Amino acid sequence: MKKRVALILLAVFMMVFGIYRGEMAVVFNKAVNICLECIGIG
Amino acid sequence: MANKRKIIQGITTFVYNFNLKGFFTGEIYTGKLKNACVPGLNCYSCPGAAGSCPIGALQSILGNYKYQFSFYIFGFLMLIGTILGRFVCGYLCPFGLFQELLYKIKSKKFKIKRVFVYTKYFILAIFVIALPLFHTNVIGLGDPAFCKYICPAGTIEAGIPLVLLNKPLQGIVGWLFGWKLFILIVFIIGSVFSFRPFCKLICPLGAIYSLFNKVSVFRYAFDEAKCINCNKCVETCKMDVIPHLNVNDIECIRCGECIEVCPTNALTQIVVLGDGKKNEEIN
Repeated sequence: MKKRVALILLAVFMMVFGIYRGEMAVVFNKAVNICLECIGIG
Repeated sequence: MANKRKIIQGITTFVYNFNLKGFFTGEIYTGKLKNACVPGLNCYSCPGAAGSCPIGALQSILGNYKYQFSFYIFGFLMLIGTILGRFVCGYLCPFGLFQELLYKIKSKKFKIKRVFVYTKYFILAIFVIALPLFHTNVIGLGDPAFCKYICPAGTIEAGIPLVLLNKPLQGIVGWLFGWKLFILIVFIIGSVFSFRPFCKLICPLGAIYSLFNKVSVFRYAFDEAKCINCNKCVETCKMDVIPHLNVNDIECIRCGECIEVCPTNALTQIVVLGDGKKNEEIN
């Protein structure tokens, strides 16, 4: 069993599925606004 | 190898934070690159940050009322982990570089007991996964608890520069900023006396990548037949790994210092993609 190849393929599939269901937009919206929690304010 | 590694760490820090004008204007980068995560711990609210922090991104998705799991971020971490393991910690993490530079300050050095390295898995489970998922506000948004209460990388990369550069933010800093500043100071002092204490004790990203160290494509190999038990690898390892017992230990950040000091080349870097029968030595 080529477990590394299987893990890589599974990882790519998960990423594509995550992007397909809109997770990337959540990350983008969080990242382009100052995260008040990250800087110790919010 | 140590100097080569420092150069790569420096280049990585610059690439992650190429929005240099942000450090003068106090504004963060808002381009499309922020759709993607960088492999290392680098706060996306840093004025220079060009990409997203995977730990911050993971908490933001888990804390969103629409999602209970992040296929995007767990997939990304699995991909990077399977290819590189904790090589990311050794070469591609700005906060790791910061701690290593502090460790160069001459002082008495202390080791951290092995049992305490498991605290980072607790931090990962509670602050990165459980609290964002379950500690939600009235509209169902979870707290990014690790960023909010712990992450010293966020304080030094984003908190301090943004508060210094933005007068409105200066007016609203409170106890939380003081708490995060305290944590940062603890790790700054700790890094002078102990090697990468944040990575050993706290870092949830290192905790995730460590799970892939034993299966990663890029890894180390140990040839027992060549080993003369000189123990030089053990003495030189600052992450307190015993390479001849467990060459792909969860704490190995692939710094390569053990390989460098091994007099018989019993330790080597290899790239293994398939079943491991055709290992390719790369050192």
